[in-house]
Amino acid sequence: MLRKFTFREIDWILLTVALILAVVGILEIYSTTAHSPLANEYKRQIVWAVVGLVTLLVVSQLDYHTLLDHSNGLYIMGLFGLLALLAGGQAIGGARRWVRVDGFTFQVSEIVKLIIIIWVASYFADKRTKSVSWKDLAVLGTMIGLPAALVALEPDLGTALTFLPIVAAGVFLVGIRARQIAVLALLGALMVPVGWHFLRPYQRQRLMTFVHPAKNVQGSGYQVAQSKIAIGSGGFWGKGIGKGTQSRLGFIPVSHADFIFAAFAEEQGFVGTFLVLLLYFVLLVRLLDGAQLAGDRAGVFLVVGLTAVLFFQVAVNIGMMIGLLPITGIPLPLMSQGGSSVLFTFAGLGLVMSVRMKRLVNL
Amino acid sequence: MVVRFPEDQRPSAWKIVVFQYVIASTFVALLVGYWRLQIGEHRYYQQEAERNRIRDLPVIAPRGRILDREGRVLVDNFPAFSVLLLREDLPKLTPDRIRSIAQGLQLDPQDIQELIVRTAQLPKFQPVMLKPDATAADIAFVESHRVEFPELELLQVQQRFYLKHQVAAALLGYVGEVSEEMITKSGDRYRPGDVVGKSGIEREYNDVLSGRDGMRRVIVNSRGREMGSMTTINAMPGNDLRLTLDFDLQMAAETALGDRSGAVVAIDPNTGGVLALVSHPSFDPNDFAHHIDRAEWSQLNTDPEHPLLDKAIQAHLAPGSVFKIVTATAALETGAITPSFTIICPGYITLYGHTFHDWIWKKHRGHGSVDLHRAIVESCDTYFYTLGKMLGIDKLAYFAQHLGLGSRTGIDLPAEDPGLVPTPAWVKRVFKHKWYAGETISVAIGQGAVAVTPIQLAYMIGGVAQGGVFHRPHLIFRDELQAIGQDPPDDGLVRFPLSAVTVGAVTSGMWGVVNEGGGTGGGARIAGLAVAGKTGTAQVVSVALKNSAHNADYKNNAWFVGYAPASNPQIVVTALVMHGGESSVASPIAGAVIKAYFEEKQSGQAPAAHWQTQASLAPTVPGHFDLQGAKRVEQAR
Repeated sequence: MLRKFTFREIDWILLTVALILAVVGILEIYSTTAHSPLANEYKRQIVWAVVGLVTLLVVSQLDYHTLLDHSNGLYIMGLFGLLALLAGGQAIGGARRWVRVDGFTFQVSEIVKLIIIIWVASYFADKRTKSVSWKDLAVLGTMIGLPAALVALEPDLGTALTFLPIVAAGVFLVGIRARQIAVLALLGALMVPVGWHFLRPYQRQRLMTFVHPAKNVQGSGYQVAQSKIAIGSGGFWGKGIGKGTQSRLGFIPVSHADFIFAAFAEEQGFVGTFLVLLLYFVLLVRLLDGAQLAGDRAGVFLVVGLTAVLFFQVAVNIGMMIGLLPITGIPLPLMSQGGSSVLFTFAGLGLVMSVRMKRLVNL
Repeated sequence: MVVRFPEDQRPSAWKIVVFQYVIASTFVALLVGYWRLQIGEHRYYQQEAERNRIRDLPVIAPRGRILDREGRVLVDNFPAFSVLLLREDLPKLTPDRIRSIAQGLQLDPQDIQELIVRTAQLPKFQPVMLKPDATAADIAFVESHRVEFPELELLQVQQRFYLKHQVAAALLGYVGEVSEEMITKSGDRYRPGDVVGKSGIEREYNDVLSGRDGMRRVIVNSRGREMGSMTTINAMPGNDLRLTLDFDLQMAAETALGDRSGAVVAIDPNTGGVLALVSHPSFDPNDFAHHIDRAEWSQLNTDPEHPLLDKAIQAHLAPGSVFKIVTATAALETGAITPSFTIICPGYITLYGHTFHDWIWKKHRGHGSVDLHRAIVESCDTYFYTLGKMLGIDKLAYFAQHLGLGSRTGIDLPAEDPGLVPTPAWVKRVFKHKWYAGETISVAIGQGAVAVTPIQLAYMIGGVAQGGVFHRPHLIFRDELQAIGQDPPDDGLVRFPLSAVTVGAVTSGMWGVVNEGGGTGGGARIAGLAVAGKTGTAQVVSVALKNSAHNADYKNNAWFVGYAPASNPQIVVTALVMHGGESSVASPIAGAVIKAYFEEKQSGQAPAAHWQTQASLAPTVPGHFDLQGAKRVEQAR
């Protein structure tokens, strides 16, 4: 299946945008962690970005059909991975999300995310109906709900939530009837109290803070309040690299990871914000273009699945910084510090390139 | 281009378009959100960011030192730490947290609560003083709990330190936290937690001694740790204050009085400059410079010996026979008698139907034939009873008042007692009855309602000995105060000219008190020096000190007011020993001070270096503070 390596059909625009965002992220990680115990984090991030780039190139040369053929096997592997993690994973900050390999920690749920994109694509590839059946919804609900529940138990509600847009985009693409939407909405509403029961206290607190931001300025509202101060104080031109007081003096929580965009907006101002949002917009629109160019149904679902996840993460992460959405532990793709997230994103992009390349090839 | 994707399998293109619209509109929403924050509300958030990271901390100005007349340091400062309470996040201070802080700093949680209530009106960014005298343990507590208690901050301050063994304590006073009342009165000048003089010189010359605090604007991180500083407004240190006090003389007076309760005052009658001022028992001002808790405070306040009272200016006591100098002066000046006026003293006299005994009656005899000179030398009560009857209360009171009794001398110390010269008008006003003639007889020998302070007696005797020239007692050099732009008190010169005959007769009598056989003040005699003076033994205990009398034995207060040389006074000394019994216990004290004064003068030597004399007096301060010479002296011993 792996033929001669070719760069002829690499999507250079997509790759360039992705690399710029990764570099911006690395610069901001450097700026916000210099003079802190995490001063070397940016070097790790560079390593991960290089590994990610290589992964992208390798994946782009694969035939994605091979992966689709093994989707069930991959799914089972992912499920076992999550179970094994819950049983004996590395606990960091009270959550079992990581496996440790040679000093590098890796977040299993990020691979599972990719597996779910592949599995959903392969599931929909064979559906020729104009809309999904009740059975489809039940199967999807179970198959995606199971790993989502396991991830939520780690606990990592944020990542668990990212599985949802993959399915939702797929279902929308196939077609769904109004009655089905109504039933799902009702079901969702009924699930709210049950879900509330299963939420951890800090998660409830975050949701309450989102509803009443002024109520808890010192507790969980602190994070949003401080990130808003950081962003607002950045102004039009920003404070400059290394001059963000909110991030440098520790007012923004994890300013190199989940809250990197607040640190970035503080230092680069609205100009920076605008440019980065533009880059993400180009990335996502370019991905959707790829969907329309796909050679087959499975390819479309692969691309749309990835687009949906990335869009969800970008919107939620950037939205929560200014209090538009509740705080969840969702990293900003490509920019946030974190090897697993970088690797997932690049691998996903590699898959999209594979789809793009295969559209011209007869197999 | 061959696409093998059957059209019927391809998802509808409009669905992809829907995705594009969703993405585009979301991004527009995000951009609008960021626009509002970064452009619309930029100013607000910029201020918030500054408030987050910037903290204004006061830089405490060191108080001026207090020096003696030779420039020897009496009161100094050493660097110490205070714990501040930052009040920007007060709602976070739950009772539990307050309890933890109180425990960590060994404070009373109630005190902290009260402090918070008391300072509620102040701007939130202004920190308040939580504990002015942090111990090493307190500093460690604050440093190690920066994360748990970001509201605690350390502030370097200058702590006052005073001489050990309560030397000159009542005179110098002490400092403490500014009172509520004073903050209100001062306008903006004081803030809670500021240190001001509370008594003595520290209070009287607080404006001279206190400097102007500066301010340091520092950058802090989210945990309140200081990361750097931006601007600093330097503190303006207070002015040093040189007193007229002579440290050697003060020590001589302290030593001479010893453990006894009482006071010693030494004045230069030519200027009014106070050379020594002692009040025993006293307090340790260093305890006030540290934290003084409620128990200690109430103990000091309820002590029957009144350690907080400066007895040199606040003891309100009958002068006893020292008053006879007033009676003698009045009798001579009014022409009622001449110095040769003589009576026969059988040991008592009956006036207005009441028998007044002479003190010598205890020995079942009288003084015999006495003229004015003998009457002063032997302190013959009968003689002065007679003069009292001849003068009447109005003339007695007139002269007492014009010789400086019954009103404040105006010494530059707070809360001086005015004493009391009783008059018919006063009796009528206070007791609503007429003046009993018999009271005049008591007043003539310094008993009855007449009351004085030790400083008044020194003032009076010094003035009489100089022929009626009275210089207001004072502790500072007027010209030096003027030089630093402060308004000094006026020189308070009062002239009440006395005839040469009067002055000659009275001073020769006082010389006899000390130097002649039968004189009551022989204890003050110094070979080769013409010491003069007058003894007093007061039976009546004043209203102010009544409580102490209940507890102590009903022993008389012993007075001696002496000066030297008799013809040309250079120093006047009042010695008071409360419950001392016979006046003979007081005269040696005054003698010792006078002797020390002339010995120092004659030797012509420069006074001993500050720390060498005071090595044993220097208080114990935290180890890092080197008392310069003090240590070397201690080691040399």
